[in-house]
This record gives sequence, C-alpha cells and structure tokens, in this order.
Amino acid sequence: MSRLKRIAKNQNGVQPLGGGHALCQGCGVPSIIRTVLSSIDTPVIVVNATGCLEVATSRYPITAWNVPWIHSAFENTAATASGIEAAYKALKRRGTLPGGDKEVTIVAFGGDGGTYDIGLQALSGALERGHRFLYVCYDNGAYMNTGIQRSGATPYGADTTTSPVGASDPIGKLQQHKDLTAIAAAHHIPYVGQSSGARWQDLSAKVERAVALGGPAFMNVMSDCPLGWGHESKVGIDVMRAAQDSLFWPLFEVVNGDYRLTYRPRKVIPVVDFLKMQRRFAHLFKPGNEAVLEAIQQQVEDEWVRLLKLCGEEVRELPVVKPAEETEAVVGAVA
Amino acid sequence: MPVKTQEGAQLLTGGDAVANAMAQIDPDVFPVYPITPQTPIIQTFAKLVANGKASTEIVNVESEHSAMSATIGSALAGARSMTATSSQGLALMAEVVYIAAGMRAPIVMAVGNRALSAPLNIHCDHSDSMMIRDSGVIQLFAESVQEAYDLMVMAPRIAEHPDVMLPVLVCQDGFTLTHSEEPLELTPDEVVKDFVGEYHVPLPLLDVENVTTKGIFALQDYYTELRYAMNAAMEKAVPVIEEVFGEYSKIVDRPFGILEEYEIEGAERVIFLMGSTAGTIKDVVDELRAKGEKVGLLRLVSYRPFPAEQIRKALAGATEVIVLDRSDAPGSVPSLHSEMAAALYGSSAKLRAHVFGLGGRELVPDEARAIFAGEAPTHIALRS
Repeated sequence: MSRLKRIAKNQNGVQPLGGGHALCQGCGVPSIIRTVLSSIDTPVIVVNATGCLEVATSRYPITAWNVPWIHSAFENTAATASGIEAAYKALKRRGTLPGGDKEVTIVAFGGDGGTYDIGLQALSGALERGHRFLYVCYDNGAYMNTGIQRSGATPYGADTTTSPVGASDPIGKLQQHKDLTAIAAAHHIPYVGQSSGARWQDLSAKVERAVALGGPAFMNVMSDCPLGWGHESKVGIDVMRAAQDSLFWPLFEVVNGDYRLTYRPRKVIPVVDFLKMQRRFAHLFKPGNEAVLEAIQQQVEDEWVRLLKLCGEEVRELPVVKPAEETEAVVGAVA
Repeated sequence: MPVKTQEGAQLLTGGDAVANAMAQIDPDVFPVYPITPQTPIIQTFAKLVANGKASTEIVNVESEHSAMSATIGSALAGARSMTATSSQGLALMAEVVYIAAGMRAPIVMAVGNRALSAPLNIHCDHSDSMMIRDSGVIQLFAESVQEAYDLMVMAPRIAEHPDVMLPVLVCQDGFTLTHSEEPLELTPDEVVKDFVGEYHVPLPLLDVENVTTKGIFALQDYYTELRYAMNAAMEKAVPVIEEVFGEYSKIVDRPFGILEEYEIEGAERVIFLMGSTAGTIKDVVDELRAKGEKVGLLRLVSYRPFPAEQIRKALAGATEVIVLDRSDAPGSVPSLHSEMAAALYGSSAKLRAHVFGLGGRELVPDEARAIFAGEAPTHIALRS
C-alpha cells in the first residue's frame, strides 16, 4: 500500500482526531497528529500535554478524539505515559489486559513549551527509564496557547509577547533556541527524529521506524502557527518548507546512535527567505539589523555543517543565494 | 468469626508494616520517588517484590510530581496503582494530587508525615497533609503501626468504591511510626487478597475497544458541576469508610472508626487530635481519670472527609474541647482548630486550641497535663 493510501485509511479505519476541533485555520498541528497516528498499525493510546491541541480538542462535553486519550497536566505528559506503559506491562504479565493480549502503541504529544521547558524533566526521566512509547513534540517555537510567550524553543530574534521588540530591544529574543533533539539523542534511546509538518512522507516514515524500534522514541516536529508566526493561514506549509530549504530546521534521525540526514534541499535558499514570510521576524528587516540577519544565517550554516558531519555526509560549499536586496517587503506576512 | 492471625504478633516499623500490606495487596503498578521518612516503605516493598512476595511493576520515577502523574496514568489505564511520599515530596506533587482527585483516580498513597521547609526538617508534623487538605483526597491518620497497616489494607476498598472513586492517603507520623517498631498482627495473605478484591475502573484506557477521553477541559458551563461531584463523593465516603471498617473489623476482631472515643463517657474536658501523640494523651487521661478528673480524648482518623456531625455528637457532653493541631497556620488558625470551631458552632462547649509537635518536637506527659489543666501556652513547648 502506498504511504498516502495508508494514511488515508487513518488509524485502523478510524480517524483518530476527528473534525470539529477548535484549532486555528492553518495550524500545522492537526495534520501532524493525524499523520503520526495514521502511520501506526496497532491501536494507540494518546497522552496529551496541556496546550493548544488539548484545549481545542477536549472541551467537555464534546471530544474530537476517536482513540483512547488522556490529559492530566502540562509538565507531566511523559510521566503519565510512563504510568500507562507500566500498567500495560503489568496487566500483560498478569494476563488481565482488557480485551486480551493485544499490542498497543502509547503516543504522547506536547508542544514546545510543555516539552523543551516545563516537561523536560519528566521527558528525560521517561527516556532514561526506557518506557516503550513515542513522544512527539509539536514545536511551533513559543507558548502559543497562552498568547505567544517566548519558550526555550523560540528562535533568536523572534518577537514574542515576553521577548517584545521595542526601542531598547530591536532584536526580540536574545537567546538561541535549545537543541532539544540533541538532548533527546543524548539519552541513547533507540530512536530520535526531527521532522516537519510540511513533510508528511518524512514524518510518516519516521513514525514507522520509531514504533518498529520499540522505544522509547522521541520526535521533534516543526509546526507552523499562523497567529504566533504572523503569516496567512494558507501559507503555513510554504513557511515550513522554507524552514527546511533554508536549513533552518533540517530533517534527520538518530537510529540507535547513528545520525542520518533524511532531507537535503536541492537548492538551498537564504534564511531571510524563511524569516521574511513571518511577522515575528519583520523587525529584523529594519535598517540597523543587518548584522542580526547575517548572524542568523551564519548560525544556521554552522549548525548544518555540524549536522552533516554527524551524519557522515559530504560537506559541500553551501549553495546559498545571497540575501535579496529589498528588505521592506514581508511576503505572505500578515501586516 | 475472626480469623487466626498469620504468624502471631510481629515487631515491625510502620514503614515495614505498610510495605507488607502493599505486598499482600500486590498492586499492579507502584511509581515512586524516595524521600525521608517514606523510604522504609519503598525499600521494604522493593525487597518484597524482589523476593517474589509481590509482582508489582515498580517505576522508579525522577520526582514526586512524576510519581503521582504516572500513578494517575496507570490507575486510569486499568491497573491498581499506589505510591508513597512525605513532606516536600507531597508539596511537589500537590498540583497532581488535585488532578488525581479531580480525575477520580482511585489511587492509594502511603504518607509518612513530615514538616515542610524552611527550615529543612525531616521529622514529623502534619503540615504536608494540611497543604493538600482541600484537594479532594481522602486522608486517614493512624495512631499506631498496627493501625497504619490495617488502614493500608482497607484503603483500596474505600478508594475504588463506585460511590467514592477518590485517592486515599494513609498517613502515619514520620519516624515516630515509620521508623519505630511496634508489635502488630498481620492479616493472612489470602484474607487480604479476598478482602481487597479485583480492581475496576470505568472505561480503562487500555480497553482500546471502548474509547474514552479522560482529563477533559471544562469551562464556566461545566466546571462547577464536575468539581461539585467530588463533594458528593466525599459525603458518600463517610458511610463507605464506616462500612469497610466494619467489615474488616469483623474479620480481624479489632475496632476501627472514623473517630476513636477514649474515655469520652462523662468527660468534661476532651482533647481532639490526630496521629501517634494520642498514645501519650491516653496515658495522661488514664492517670487523671484515676484521680477523678473527667477528661477524655477524641482522636480523628478520617481527616478527609471531616466527620463534623459525628464529632459534634461525640462531644455532646463536653464542656471544654481542646484542639491540638500538629501544624501551624501563620496569619490564621490551623485546620483542626477552625474546623472544630465550625463543627461546634452553636454548642455551649468552650473551645481551646494549641499548636504542638512541629518538626518532630515531642509532646511529653507533663505538657499533656498542663494542656488539660489549662496552663499550657498556645504553642506547646515553644522556647523563648
């Protein structure tokens, strides 16, 4: 069966996350959730951190979920999943699993705030203990649910409500984002992957490999956020693609410690082409911030070279096109 | 017909006793994080599992917050689940204790009560339990090692009762009970197993055929009703606790109550407290009674639900009620004091209250005598 047909079949014929939820138009998250869950053959149990996905899909007395689902708090998603996995092991061993001895896959979803920041300890503990589960972080680079506050995932130079651009701070967030994928890989778990909501084939194939390896598995998946990034709903996929093609958010995986690049753009675009699509970076195009744009470009290139070395890939000269002359046009960005 | 005890009286610490009860119950999952003075409970239990006495899945998590979170996950997945903590651990997990109650997870947690920081202290008081007094969990306080053991055996039946479905905390005084050996009788394994029975939770997550959404988001239109349902469950918990206590009491031939009335008959001055200090008070009551003084003790076992009606009834003949709180409430009065005031509202009995035993400071018989005599300061044994 082709991958597309398989995903179209949903989760064993059931659409795991149904329609009627309240996520924003153009949000990358629901298609990530559906792609992840529809790439898993066994029944699933979903554990969800507090955040956009949770509040938009579970408002009592209705639910958008057609698979077993639980939310308990913001920072404890990996711990809650650990308990469910322990319950599965215990009941399987004792022969008391409801509905008999069938395989299930436990999948946890958290945003970047719930994963990079407040949930990092619980995630690290669960990865270290070796629970059989897949944790998927949907990373849109800020606390979007509470109104676009900066997180450990927010990129350098982004304007958020708690790293606001102003007269004395023309840059926005002054710190680099945390390399959570590397932190997960440092746990030496069977599978770590970095993917994107714009690359469903890549995402689906990674979920298959992650689940096949048993776990624990961690995936860091970029999602757009029209509201927080400041772009029109219809261009979300284009913005995320630009993140891959500019090498801003590379796609790779770490299988039993071995790094592998899963996407190498044929034509690398300058990072400004990604940045200028979003209002959160619009201030960087004002006169005086040229050095900031150059620093971001340099940082992305350095990270790319580091990744290529980890993946055992040839480090070729980067075919980056020089940034475009005009700086005021913010294509696709919402004014 | 009472059953014969397993091996006659044994000498065990409170920690070991509760660990033995857990091994007999043999829960499916036990996520836990170590903290003094809870450690004897979890070490002994781990050893009992390692020796094949129980086959529980122990999950050594990285914090108490995760311990309770994992316990919620396993309990609602369909596995009988327990955990244990003390003090700062309970404080760290407080957020999730509220959630466990709100999600109606029938968890049993062993608590070795200990003071809260700062300053850091590892010894007993009840501040940790007080911190989560309004969380919606049931809290039962033991006086002795035997009672801690018995409450632990009974706890799953209370937590998992369909009318209740709330976490139950079995609280024992840190060190005074957790680390002190007392003689006790263990109930035979098969009797415990039969008494506790099978674990059932509605729509377990692991039943993937019957899809459920747990831990929903509720706003102005439903939140009140869902929270208020916990009040109703707490009200129903009182008769459920009495029923479970009564049933177990018949089996082991020991009395249990949500309150213990000690020399209440004809007592004019009655001390009201929780925990192991009751032993000291009982000695002093005996001594004063022998001298003809009309004194008594009312010991609270079920702190939550707080049995106000039963307390009022038990104190109907008292002229003075003396509340001893083993926790303080800077800026106000502590929990037992204020709740007793509410319970006695409209009664002619005088109310006096003291704070004692913070951070493990013992209450000695002389102080108990002074309390009865009305000669003790508000904060017992406070040095100037």
